[in-house]
Amino acid sequence: MSESSEVRLKSEISLTVNGKLETVRVYPMERLLDVLRHELRLTGTKEGCGEGECGSCSVLIDGTLVNSCLIPALQAHGAEIVTIEGLASDGRLQLLQQSFLDCGGAQCGICTPGMILASLHLLKKTPQPTLEEIREGLSGNLCRCTGYMQIFEAVAEAGRRGAAT
Amino acid sequence: MKNIPIVGTSVPRMEGRGKVTGHARYVDDMVLPGMLYGATVRSRIPRGIVKKFLFGPGVNWNEFVVVSAKDIPGKNCIALIEDDQPCLADGVVNHPEEPLLLLAHPDRHLLPKAVDAVSVEYEPLPAIFSLEESEARQQIIWGADNTFKSYLIEKGDVDSVWQNADHIVEAEYTTGAQEQLYIENNGMIAAFDPEQGLTVWGSLQCPYYIHKALMKLFALSADRVRVVQMETGGAFGGKEEYPSIIAAHASLLAAKSGKPVKIIYDRMEDMAATTKRHPSRTRHRTAVAKDGRILGGEIDFTIDGGAYKTLSPVVLSRGAIHAGGPYYWPSIRIRAKAVATNAPPHGAFRGFGAPQSLFALERHMDHIAQVVGLSPVEIRRRNFLQPGHTTTTGQTIDEPIDLGNLLDRALELSSYHAKKENFSRENAQAAHKKGIGIASFLHGAGFTGSGERFLGSVVGVEAVRDGTLRILVSSTEFGQGTNTVLCQIVAEALGLRYEDVSIAQPDTHEVPNSGPTVASRTVMVVGKLVQSAAVGIRNTLAASGMLSDDYSPEEFRAACGAYVRKHGKFRSVAQYEQPDGIFWDDEKYRGSAYAAFAWAVYIAEVTVDLATYSVAIDDFVALQEIGKVLHPVFAKGQIIGGVAQGIGFALYEKVVWDQGRMQNGQMTNYIMPTSADLPPIRVYFEELGNVYGAYGAKGIGELPMDGPAPAIINAVEDALHVSFNSIPLLPEDIFAALYENSAPLTIAPTARGRA
Repeated sequence: MSESSEVRLKSEISLTVNGKLETVRVYPMERLLDVLRHELRLTGTKEGCGEGECGSCSVLIDGTLVNSCLIPALQAHGAEIVTIEGLASDGRLQLLQQSFLDCGGAQCGICTPGMILASLHLLKKTPQPTLEEIREGLSGNLCRCTGYMQIFEAVAEAGRRGAAT
Repeated sequence: MKNIPIVGTSVPRMEGRGKVTGHARYVDDMVLPGMLYGATVRSRIPRGIVKKFLFGPGVNWNEFVVVSAKDIPGKNCIALIEDDQPCLADGVVNHPEEPLLLLAHPDRHLLPKAVDAVSVEYEPLPAIFSLEESEARQQIIWGADNTFKSYLIEKGDVDSVWQNADHIVEAEYTTGAQEQLYIENNGMIAAFDPEQGLTVWGSLQCPYYIHKALMKLFALSADRVRVVQMETGGAFGGKEEYPSIIAAHASLLAAKSGKPVKIIYDRMEDMAATTKRHPSRTRHRTAVAKDGRILGGEIDFTIDGGAYKTLSPVVLSRGAIHAGGPYYWPSIRIRAKAVATNAPPHGAFRGFGAPQSLFALERHMDHIAQVVGLSPVEIRRRNFLQPGHTTTTGQTIDEPIDLGNLLDRALELSSYHAKKENFSRENAQAAHKKGIGIASFLHGAGFTGSGERFLGSVVGVEAVRDGTLRILVSSTEFGQGTNTVLCQIVAEALGLRYEDVSIAQPDTHEVPNSGPTVASRTVMVVGKLVQSAAVGIRNTLAASGMLSDDYSPEEFRAACGAYVRKHGKFRSVAQYEQPDGIFWDDEKYRGSAYAAFAWAVYIAEVTVDLATYSVAIDDFVALQEIGKVLHPVFAKGQIIGGVAQGIGFALYEKVVWDQGRMQNGQMTNYIMPTSADLPPIRVYFEELGNVYGAYGAKGIGELPMDGPAPAIINAVEDALHVSFNSIPLLPEDIFAALYENSAPLTIAPTARGRA
């Protein structure tokens, strides 16, 4: 593909990612996942299946939990996006991140960013979730290492520590 | 030396911070300047002769780097046990995912279209897809008789037991393929420099397997091949041998293009083309006395290896040795065989043959119980191995394991007897049938037989300039906790703080070959070596007069720093030596198969819904003896994660095959357990210790894969009084079986209405 046709086919979009306004030129149907990983070099968002099943690419768009592999770039224009890189501040872990470490919620780590964002989304709605609410809230995020139990503990613990506030 | 215990406590995961912040670097997160993206053109037929490649229209082929078998500078093979698997097919294909050509381009978006634009002219050959077709030798597709490997394990005079047996129990059991389904797909980056040679970075378990494969493929010396492990997003055996192929492919493209090349599989390619658990068939014929004691038995264990040998002989070996389970067999004959089919090679997956043969055995124990008229509890209790007994390979049990006691504790934890009684009373009137099932089993840690002696693993511990210690091993972290637990061991051995120890990124230019990260060997075998190397550092400091006997961590660190500044490099190395008294005969397959066994009793409680025919697991008790628990949170996490995979193996995870190709290579149609599917998994440990392992540890990683499937299917039989001998057991299988054997089911009209 020639340079000029690439310019012609791409659109400029602006989005706020982790509080920072970004402007990028992308193919309109490019996946938000690729915009984050390739254009903005925010590689904490992971690809596991590319079809919205595993939840590894979960991010928050305007507070809503989405699989970024299913979101076309244009849909993110003007949106506020939170990725895993946006959670810790000044080197201090967010309480959910700390709870995942303390409770064994992260093993290989590949589902962890998406799992933590799904957990954050859950705690924002339900600050002290029951076990059933946690199971339901995380059922769109697959983990092959942990068998989930220690993730449940991490989320419950983060709720008790007030991670949602 | 002041010692605050570190081993046995749940210290923070060594690389955990990077994982929870998104800063951990996996291979797909790495970009090199000028990097190209690579893709693989694969066979689309199961067997045949490749006549011609046609590069179709609509693709500017001048922009692509194209590699074929002719571009291979050394031997066209993926070196492993045998060199039978080509890196790129040269004229002949033997399975429908076999790599034919490699393509690379700077724009990764253009690759899928280019792969599709390559068409291949074949002369198809007849192919075989099942154990039976392979055994019948309808076609000879490998060697003289389609057999990769066979073993015979014999103990006592099994031919004499049949005439005196009160019962002879025969049955056949099968297990399906299972995909490891690590969430990070396979991937590699390779770079080639004419002076320095090859470097690959990737998602992998065994750096030195890849190192060996690349040396042979490129005819390069050891110092001109460098393999670096990136953070690895799950493996479970699935990144033991296959990464050598991807590393080889990326390297060939890099060598031809002169640019770094990244190959990342997408999910469908990863599921279809890479290894899965070997499908298996086990036939049992068992002679039993009327009191339930096993007199002897014959076991035929056969696995489907796919098109090339790869690791099948070793998987077969472990499956065969575990086929007798935790029971005493006065006599036995185990015939084991791995055969070829025209499917992608099956490979390593947690448990490595043992989940297959133990599924068969633990189902068979319940069948024996029924025939003899004993309970599942009693049949096991009467046949358990005891200290002083010998296993099927003649290994004497020399640790004070009390399996009867382990069983009793599991029964109590699961309220087995009360539940069993309730279920049998309530089931008659219920539309939801409940059942409870047991599996008792063992898992050998470390390489089998003389394996560890042949490996001769080497580890290092070095002091760095700031006086902290750094562990040098090729043992990799992929979630299990390698980094953390090895650092705990060193800190404990020297009375240091956990923070005073770190571990090097596995890089074949930096770390010695401590063997592959497989076989539940890392903590037990490598951990013990690391402990020994650490002590070497202290001994050197003490001998040089730089360290008092009663040192503090700060003093140790100061002494290390001073030593490094004075002498430069400060490194202590340890190599594996086989302990005395361990004997193994590779010819007769007799002797001490494993340095240690972990022991377990698992109990599953299920509900079968007679409206949907689905099985829900209501409770799961996992009790095991694993020597010593070095990190309670991680040990528990290993068990829960393994049980979850075992539940998938039993009830959900079915690979649908057509002509040797996986048809459901997506997470939408290959179903693994979600957070909503799993029961509470309750984990308990017993700790006997182990003289061969670091701080008494035994292997733990694979054990939990062995027990869930038989415990669950035993529970389903308890609920329905219908016998199921194949897994995965899907609702449609239960539906079909119930309609074939409709007699035992009575459903009250009101209950049916509710369902």
